[in-house]
Amino acid sequence: MTTREGSCLRQLPPTILQLESQGPPLMAAYVLRRLLVLIPLLWAVATITFFLMHAVPGGPFQGDKAMPPDLLARMNDKYGLNDNIGTQYINFLDNTIHGDLGISYATQQPVVKRIKDGFPATMQLGISAFIFAIVVGLVLGVLSAVNQNGFFDYVGVFIATIGAAIPSFVVALLLILLFSLKFHWFNVIGWQFGDYKSMTLPIVALGLLPAAYIARITRASMLEVLRQDYIRTAQAKGLKPLQIINRHALRNALVPVLTVAGPIFAGLITGSFIIEYTFAINGIGTAFVDAVELRDYGMIMGTVLLYAFAIAICNMLVDVSYGFVDPRIRY
Amino acid sequence: MATQPEVLAGDIAFGPQTRHRGLWSQAWQRLLHNKLALAAGILLAAIVIVAILTSFSNTVERYDPAAVDYSHRNAGPSTSHFFGTDNLGRDTWSRSWEGMRVSLKIGLGTQVVVLLIGLSVGAGAALGGRFTDGLLMRFTDLTYAFPDLLAIILLRAILSGRDWPLIGTGDPQIPGLSGIVLQMILAIALVSWVTIARLVRGQMLSLKEADYVMAARSMGASTRRIVFSHMLPNTLGPVIVAVTFGIPLAIFAEAVLGFIGFSLQPPAASLGTLINQGYAYYRVNEWMLLVPTVGIAILMLCFTFLGDGLRDALDPRSRR
Repeated sequence: MTTREGSCLRQLPPTILQLESQGPPLMAAYVLRRLLVLIPLLWAVATITFFLMHAVPGGPFQGDKAMPPDLLARMNDKYGLNDNIGTQYINFLDNTIHGDLGISYATQQPVVKRIKDGFPATMQLGISAFIFAIVVGLVLGVLSAVNQNGFFDYVGVFIATIGAAIPSFVVALLLILLFSLKFHWFNVIGWQFGDYKSMTLPIVALGLLPAAYIARITRASMLEVLRQDYIRTAQAKGLKPLQIINRHALRNALVPVLTVAGPIFAGLITGSFIIEYTFAINGIGTAFVDAVELRDYGMIMGTVLLYAFAIAICNMLVDVSYGFVDPRIRY
Repeated sequence: MATQPEVLAGDIAFGPQTRHRGLWSQAWQRLLHNKLALAAGILLAAIVIVAILTSFSNTVERYDPAAVDYSHRNAGPSTSHFFGTDNLGRDTWSRSWEGMRVSLKIGLGTQVVVLLIGLSVGAGAALGGRFTDGLLMRFTDLTYAFPDLLAIILLRAILSGRDWPLIGTGDPQIPGLSGIVLQMILAIALVSWVTIARLVRGQMLSLKEADYVMAARSMGASTRRIVFSHMLPNTLGPVIVAVTFGIPLAIFAEAVLGFIGFSLQPPAASLGTLINQGYAYYRVNEWMLLVPTVGIAILMLCFTFLGDGLRDALDPRSRR
C-alpha cells in the first residue's frame, strides 16, 4: 500500500500517542497537554515563517511597475518595513498575540478579514471533499473486500490505483475538459455552496485521491477482519450478511481508516489551494498564492499559521478519537 | 570454527543445481514476477531513453522546443507535428519531451538531496546520543508541522533571483541542470526529507539492538565498520522504497508549482509550466493541456507501481 495520504507531500508519520498503561482515562488532561504543546509549535512555525518571508528577495512594493523612490520609502516607513528585523519581529509577535495579523499590503484590508472571507469556501470545499472521500472510499473498499477477486473487487482496485496516482489538479483539468467543455454538465469555475453545478467537479477532484487511499485501507482491513473467528460465529448463528458487515466487520475494520482520517483532512484543507486556484474559488488557498506573488507578508503569515494550526488540531482529534474506538487505549 | 558447517552446507544445500541467491538477487526475482511493476519499469525505461534521445538527436526531437512558427499556430496533431503546436506555433511533441526531462531531473535530483539530508539526520539522531537525538527529532517534527506545498512555494521564492553559485541566475553552471531546476530541487528537498530521516532513525535504532550488530561489536569491530557494513545496508531496503515513492511526489510538487506559475518560466518547459500554458488556452487547443497532463499521470502511475513492486520485493512480509 502506498504511504500517501491526502495530497500531503510526505508520507504518514508514526502516530505520537503517549500511552500510559496504568491510570484512569484522563482525556481532559491529555487534550489540555496537547493544546499546550500547540503554543510553542505555532510560535516556532511563526518565527521560521517570519524570517523565511523576509529572506525573499524584493519587498512588497517592488512589483512590475517601479514605484518612485520617495513614495517607496514612505510606504515602507508607514508599514514599519524600514525598522531593523529584530524590531519588526517583536512588533509582529506583539500584534499576533493580540489577534492582529496586520494589513494586507496588496488589498489594504486587514489580513484577518481576508482570511475570514476565504475561510467558508475553503472549509466547505474541504469538508465536502472529506465526506466524499470517506463515503466513496468506504463503499468501494467494502464492496471490494466482500467480493474478493470478483468483478467489484477489480473495479474497486482499479479506481483506487488510478485515483491514488494522479494529482488532484490533473484530475480537475481532465474533469473540466470532459464534463464542462464537452458535455456542459457542470460549471468551469466558481463555487456556490448548495449548487451542484459548481460544487461537483471541485469536490470530486479534491476528494478522489483520499477516496482511493481510504478504499485501499478499508479493503485490506476488511479482508483481515472477515477472517476472524467472531465473523464465523456470527455467520454460524444465522445473521444476514448485511448485519454481519454492518455490526461486526465494518466497525472493527474502521480503526486503520480512522488513523489516516486526520492527516487526510489536514491534507484536504492545505491541498485545496490548488483546486481553489484551478476553479477560481475565492478561498484561503487563492489568497496564499496571490500573497506569495506580491510578497504580501501579513497574508503569507496568516495563511501559514492557519494551515499549521489546522494540521495540528486534526492530528490531535485523531489521537483523542482512538480512545473512543479502541477502549484498550488510555491517555 | 565455521569452516566445517560451511563446507557441509555448500555440498548439500547449495550444490551446482541450486544457485545460492542473496537478498538482492531474491528481491530482483520477486520484482520480475510482479507484472505491473515490471511493465511500469519498462515503460519508465522507455520514457527515460526517449527523453535522453530527444536532447541529443534532432531526428527524435524533430523541432527546437523554443522555436516559434507563426504560420502553424494551434494546429492539431498531424504527421508533421505529432501532438500539434501551441499558441506560438511551437511543437508540442518536443516541448513535452523537454518537460519530461525537467520533471525527471527534478524527481531524481530531489531524491539525491533528500537522501543526503535524510540519511545524515536520521543516522545522526539514532547514533548520536540522547541530546543530539532530541534536538534533531524536534527539528524534524517542526519541519513536519509546516504545510508542505506552501513551504515549497516560500522556499522557491527565497532561492530565486540570487547570484549564488550553481543555483544563481545566469548560464547553467552544471551542464543540463540550470539554476532554476536546482532551485526547484532544493526547495522540494528541503521540505520532503522528513520521511527518510524518520525511517532511517527508526531502522537504525532497532538495528542497534540486533544480535548480529552485538556480535560484531563484541568481536571488536569499529563503530565505523558496524555502521557502514552492517547497519546502512540493512536500512537500504525501506529507504529505496521510500525514495521510489518520493520521486512521483517531487514531480507532483513541481507540477503544482508550475501550474500556478512558480516553476520554470517560458520559453523553458517543464510539465507544470506546460499545463499552466495549456490551461490558459484549453478552449482553443485542448492538446496543449491534454499532452502534458497525461504525461504527468503516466509518470506518477509508473513510479507508484514500481514503488509498490519494490516494496513487495524487498519486504516480502508486507505482502497481502
